[in-house]
Amino acid sequence: MKISFTLNGKPISRDVAPDKRLIDFLREDLGLIGTKEGCGKGECGSCTVLMDGEAVCSCLLLCAQVQGRHITTIEGVQSGNELHPVQQAFIETGAVQCGFCTPGFVMSSAALLEKNPEPNEDEIRRAVAGNLCRCTGYSKIVKGIRIAGKRMREKS
Amino acid sequence: MKKKNPTSIIGSRTARSDALAKVCGTEKFVADYMYDGMLHVAVIRSPVPHGELQGSNRRELEAMPGVVAVLFAEDIPGKNCIPVVLSDMPCLATGNVLYVGEPVGLIGAETPEAARKACAAARLDIRPLPAITDPEKSRDENAPKLYGDENVFTHLVMRSGDVQTAFQKASVIVEGTYRTPYQEHAYLEPQGMIATPEGDGAMKVTGSMQCPFYVQDAVAQVLGLPLAKVRIVQSTTGGAFGGKEDVPSFVATQAALVAHATGRSARLIYSREEDITTTSKRHPAVLHYRTAADKKGNLLAVEADYILDGGAYTTLSPVVLWRSIVHSVGPYRCPNIKVDARAVATNRVPCGAFRGFGSPQVLFAVESQMDRLADELGIEPAEFRRRNLLKSGDKTSTGQVLKDSVGSHQTLENALSAAGKAPEKKVSSSKRAGRGISTIFYGVGLGAGGEHLARTGATVQILRDGSAVFSVGTTEMGQGMRTALGQIVAEALGIPFERVQMTATDTSRVPDSGPTVASRATTMSGNALLSACKPIRETLFAVAAPLLNTTTDKLKLTQGQIESPSKTIPLQDVIDECFQRRENLAAEGWYRVEGTTFDKSTGQGDAYVTYAWSTNVVDIEVDTETGVVEVKRIFAAHDVGRAVNVSGVEGQIEGGSVQGMGYALMEDILSEDGVIRNPQFSTYIIPTAVDTPEIKPVIVEVPFEGGPFGAKGFGEQPLMGIAPAIANAISDAVGVRINELPLTPERVFAALNQKNKNED
Repeated sequence: MKISFTLNGKPISRDVAPDKRLIDFLREDLGLIGTKEGCGKGECGSCTVLMDGEAVCSCLLLCAQVQGRHITTIEGVQSGNELHPVQQAFIETGAVQCGFCTPGFVMSSAALLEKNPEPNEDEIRRAVAGNLCRCTGYSKIVKGIRIAGKRMREKS
Repeated sequence: MKKKNPTSIIGSRTARSDALAKVCGTEKFVADYMYDGMLHVAVIRSPVPHGELQGSNRRELEAMPGVVAVLFAEDIPGKNCIPVVLSDMPCLATGNVLYVGEPVGLIGAETPEAARKACAAARLDIRPLPAITDPEKSRDENAPKLYGDENVFTHLVMRSGDVQTAFQKASVIVEGTYRTPYQEHAYLEPQGMIATPEGDGAMKVTGSMQCPFYVQDAVAQVLGLPLAKVRIVQSTTGGAFGGKEDVPSFVATQAALVAHATGRSARLIYSREEDITTTSKRHPAVLHYRTAADKKGNLLAVEADYILDGGAYTTLSPVVLWRSIVHSVGPYRCPNIKVDARAVATNRVPCGAFRGFGSPQVLFAVESQMDRLADELGIEPAEFRRRNLLKSGDKTSTGQVLKDSVGSHQTLENALSAAGKAPEKKVSSSKRAGRGISTIFYGVGLGAGGEHLARTGATVQILRDGSAVFSVGTTEMGQGMRTALGQIVAEALGIPFERVQMTATDTSRVPDSGPTVASRATTMSGNALLSACKPIRETLFAVAAPLLNTTTDKLKLTQGQIESPSKTIPLQDVIDECFQRRENLAAEGWYRVEGTTFDKSTGQGDAYVTYAWSTNVVDIEVDTETGVVEVKRIFAAHDVGRAVNVSGVEGQIEGGSVQGMGYALMEDILSEDGVIRNPQFSTYIIPTAVDTPEIKPVIVEVPFEGGPFGAKGFGEQPLMGIAPAIANAISDAVGVRINELPLTPERVFAALNQKNKNED
């Protein structure tokens, strides 16, 4: 079937099998490998993308479900050459270790800060509770999100 | 050893060199590589814990659409074995299968779906045999024999002093049986490999791994190729924690067999379920401990007898058991010791390496026993440890006299002062607060148990523009080695960190450097890099000396320049001059560890070159109505010798503490009749951001002379002491002692009920 949606700000229209998972379409058909598969069951959050601004697991979505929607992947969170504040803060705070979960955390955090520019500690932790990280113990990730939020507020 | 200086990059918070690519999603992991004409591999596995293989529907599978290759044991061109320690594990089962999930056959197909379909259609004829699925029954007389006469892979002992007399003289004796569960690594990137046949009959394998030289050995043996024809390249590895020590050898041979048989690239990425059900885990343990002290609070004797469940094949069990017995008395002076440790065979998934490597199990028992003794003696737990904790000049339980870098007491005092006053016991009508402590140590590197592997190579080269490139044989798996080593090279050569580049770890670049395990990468590769930088520095000095009208012994290399007492010259000018004169600014480095010993009959010797030390203070709250334990704060003090990268050290402490908290409170593989019942993240629960407490890393630096800039490995240690500290905190909060991990609400609630009944 033909599906049309907005991907990282640009319209896209392709013929795909309706039962193809969004993650496979992104990675295999479009070469957008920044979205990672850690479990394939929506349990680890490594494949998180934004659908109309909401953080969702792309391993649980079929292509047919994104018809007419706005999808943002890790490849689309930067503005031009400028990193998203969450990306920049993650580098600075040491929030990255193995990095496999990192794109998913960036997406969930970006979605949070878009909706709630001044989240408290508890809100930050809840927003990324669906993203598993086995390396960092989350401390520096939470700190990175807090710093990114502060910078985004100062800028706006 | 260099003194700390404010401009040094050693001891800084330098951002990781790989962070930018990782936050942008451009860093390539094994599943991100796609090759034209690549085949997809799936593994046919045993559905039973024990049985005799009698046949398969091979012909039917070969005829399925998209299937290109179907391989069984008889198709292996080389030796059907995965070399680990004793090499008893076949690559593909032949004769008997010994555990659920054991690899029996391989499918190579045009698409992942075709491979999976064929795998699902595979039918194995297996005559079931009686299985051992309870490690405590492994040594029963009538148990089926899986290994030797007694189902014991390895039996190790430690003997010192006279335990019997010591127990007779003791003022207090405590005795307990402790049980610890499986722990799954749960690295976020599943296992994966891509094998590609190259010209001249060579095979290249790229993938997620800790130990490329192990993989090279395995692929060469299974394909029957000389090592020279097997090249292993590590791809960016998404977490490992020991789970990618020996297991990648299995995954690589599975992919390589299909590539070899078909002449095409073959890719194998494990699903999460396949990864959890069929790959190694932390050994479950059953430990009996008897510990004695005199009335002044001096530890007198430790007697222990314990088993680790090795699973169906030896894999790494002999060396895991060795590390565990060296740590089995804890970091204390103890004159009388009798320990018997056995790794036993069962029809369950083979257990292997996991951060701590056999020590978290024994330390849970040791540190629980220490608190019980302190309680009996009426001494504060911290004070009891203070009296017995090893210091420089003391002998460890293996009889090793400790020399430099013994930060044990500093970690204890600094953790206690960071933690401050203990919280009030009563939090609310149902909640009680408690504080627990553990003091532990960690033998750095492979030690006497792996001295034959304790060497590393490195190459360093300064390029024409003054940048530098280096290669090592150890691997980055997320821990931050790449950045720490880049800092070491930058410091040694006076080149900015941003202009220093590490190549991907590749067996064709450096000689066999042993495995990346045992917290050894930064120290071992760091030393090899310093040894490579030495002749380069000598060349730079030899060329610079006449330019500065002085002799080489008066020169100093600092960031970007070479200094004589009277003037300086930009480093780039000296490099230009070297290129002009065709001097060699490339060198190889080599480092090996000497002097570790171990007597197997007594368990005595200089087990490790040095030790890292740690104290954890943990504050918790117990809800007495539900049994839920909430960890509020962890104060984790670690003596790391020297923190090469402070942010990286904190990251290891924070991550390890949370992994230890998972082990303590929630992580448990449910195995029934050898079948793992919870092979996914919705049923195997690891800590999330909402479960994790405030963690205060406390870095203690007592330099280790044998390490680069004083650093010593410690990456495993942050996990090791958390579980006993939490168990001790529960005892402090509500007066119940639970000897079995994980400390689930059910167990805590049951213990509270029992206590209330006893008091009624």
